[in-house]
Amino acid sequence: MFADYSMAELGAIFAMQGFAGLILFSVFVLMALGLAIIFGQMGVINMAHGEFMILGAYVTYIVSNIFAAYLPSLFGIYFFIAMFLAFIASGALGLFIEWAMIRHLYKRPLDTLLATWGLSLILQQIYRSVFGAREVGVSIPDWMMGSLPLTDLIEIPINGIFVMVLAVSISLAVYIMMFRSTWGRQVRAINQNRVMAGAVGINTEWTDRLTFGIGCGVAGVAGSAFTMIGSTGPTAGQLYIVDTFLVVVFGGAASLLGTIASAFSISQAQSIMEFFLSGSMAKVITLLVVVGILMIRPQGLFALKLRK
Amino acid sequence: MSDKGKSTDSLGMSRRAMLAGSAALTASLFTPKGLKAADYPTSEVNTTGLAVTDDTVTVGILHSITGTMAISETGSVQAEKLAIEQINAQGGILGRKIEYVQEDGASDWPTFAEKAKKLLVNDKVASVMGCWTSASRKAVLPVFEQYNGFLYYPTFYEGLEESPNVIYTGQEATQQIIAGLDWVNKEKGAKSFYLLGSDYIWPRTSNKIARKHIENFMEGCKVVGEEYYPLGHTQFNSVINKIRLKKPDVIYAIVVGGSNVAFYKQLTAAGIDPAAEKPLVLTISVTEDEIRGIGGENIAGSYACMKYFQSLENENNLEFVKSFKEMWGDDIVIGDVTQAAYLGPWLWKAAVEKAGSFDVDKVREAQVGIELPTAPEGYVKVHENHHLWSKTRVGKALADGQYEVVFETADLVEPDPFPEGYQ
Repeated sequence: MFADYSMAELGAIFAMQGFAGLILFSVFVLMALGLAIIFGQMGVINMAHGEFMILGAYVTYIVSNIFAAYLPSLFGIYFFIAMFLAFIASGALGLFIEWAMIRHLYKRPLDTLLATWGLSLILQQIYRSVFGAREVGVSIPDWMMGSLPLTDLIEIPINGIFVMVLAVSISLAVYIMMFRSTWGRQVRAINQNRVMAGAVGINTEWTDRLTFGIGCGVAGVAGSAFTMIGSTGPTAGQLYIVDTFLVVVFGGAASLLGTIASAFSISQAQSIMEFFLSGSMAKVITLLVVVGILMIRPQGLFALKLRK
Repeated sequence: MSDKGKSTDSLGMSRRAMLAGSAALTASLFTPKGLKAADYPTSEVNTTGLAVTDDTVTVGILHSITGTMAISETGSVQAEKLAIEQINAQGGILGRKIEYVQEDGASDWPTFAEKAKKLLVNDKVASVMGCWTSASRKAVLPVFEQYNGFLYYPTFYEGLEESPNVIYTGQEATQQIIAGLDWVNKEKGAKSFYLLGSDYIWPRTSNKIARKHIENFMEGCKVVGEEYYPLGHTQFNSVINKIRLKKPDVIYAIVVGGSNVAFYKQLTAAGIDPAAEKPLVLTISVTEDEIRGIGGENIAGSYACMKYFQSLENENNLEFVKSFKEMWGDDIVIGDVTQAAYLGPWLWKAAVEKAGSFDVDKVREAQVGIELPTAPEGYVKVHENHHLWSKTRVGKALADGQYEVVFETADLVEPDPFPEGYQ
């Protein structure tokens, strides 16, 4: 396969391929972080995760239209405002859903699966009624499209760099919140022992609500960012949900570091195999390996040591 | 191919027919003589117990209006309703107004089969306009054959099927593929092809036909890569790198659904501008409908090969686009399948009037050979194999989301659902 190419060409291709792997890694991290917070810390299986992402995407679509119509001079920076509003919108919807639905189901984890799946169908139909069944096209500022020619042969997609920077900053933000803030300490305390946490005066109800809201908000930011690389339609959230769960479960549900490690290993394996094999086969092999590892190690890559 | 040129001969009449949609009164002047319900007693035109009364006839519309396929099927429903309304404004069929029962297949194939049975058994509809994906058509096929229903199926598809109970108003694969490949070879000098698709029957069968044609019938041409990605795949950076490595002249892309959007956005972002034609992007899966999701700026310069583009400049089409926008709004776009769906009710009307009966067996017999000079795509004719003779065209995508037609076959292309040498 490589016989006809010069060393320089091969080097360039491998560099770009490595970069493709890193972009995939960042996409996985963005998809999975929100779910890791909700699933890992609260044990809620949120099947509507993809729809929270798409809400973020639709917010971006609305903001882009508003800027194009009323503030065309600021169009270049609308994306940052859109991401912030996406966080607020998805987060607020998350808070509401937790209050209206999830909190009644904490003692019945399997029922949350059904309830959130129902929620995902309801949200899809709402999007369809409001925005139409067809996909909408989100126009991205010019400076975020196109590629950066690093050398004559190597070209790096700018939106890829953007997604990577975003993934790193959101991971850092979540890390600081989880391990350096009072809220994070409370979340971890509740995760370890809910009854004791309540007994020492932590408001478990409010902490749960906030956790769910932040998880959904992060999903909204991810959805907003994905308008650059994917489609925005009522059912587009479904495209992400399988990969998202795969990453979170493989990483060890309760560990954020595990989520990142698992996103890294799955994305690298997949992008390397996609290069050497065909697309569908790469996916099959990735899934087989993940299933195999989970059979040997059901708790995932990283597991918290807990006294049960 | 002696049919060439008929479309122009009959334009005057066709235009009248189209105008009639908005002016019922004048329309009645042009309705062929004798088509009054009284001349066609119900007992004679309906001997099999279909839902035909002295002044109405009921048809079924069976598409997904919820679920993932709603995105594509909405346009077909709109086109069918427009055609029905226009036919009614002209006085209906055999003097009877068309009423429709609409059912939702909900993007779920067993649901399609169930609803098809409901339409045929409970509602006794005289014909059905419906289905979009091959999977849904395969699901309803046994139902239509068992209860002797009659289906008008609008989508371009992989071929390999010819049911006595279905009229295929879209193109089968060879009609759509071969002309486009020959064009890109002759006009653009393309020699090497990279075949890419979503992983299911239509892209795989189509690429198989493309590969056979490239390797066996196009001198000095070769396929340098062929691969498939699962439906809904959203990350194409690896395959884009692979394409860079292989340096094909043409990327032949049959990617569908949400993947489509991801593919073109990432292709542009990776610095492969379709407009530079290095490599050239040729697709058979992106209509004007899909471009709305992809964004015109991401796909401008790519070529699509199909039978209809909204920008076609003939009188039939100008009228069609105008009526369509009047009914469904100015911001609507019309893709290939939407136009094919529009043909369904008109083809059925012509067959019923030729047969002088709604009975499915008589309509089926009358349907073969029916000509439709009023079609927006231009003149079409029903082949013995229940597909349509139609022209194939190549369009170049523009940033505003429309296609500019750059090539059109001189003659109608014969449908060949079971192509020899391509299996």
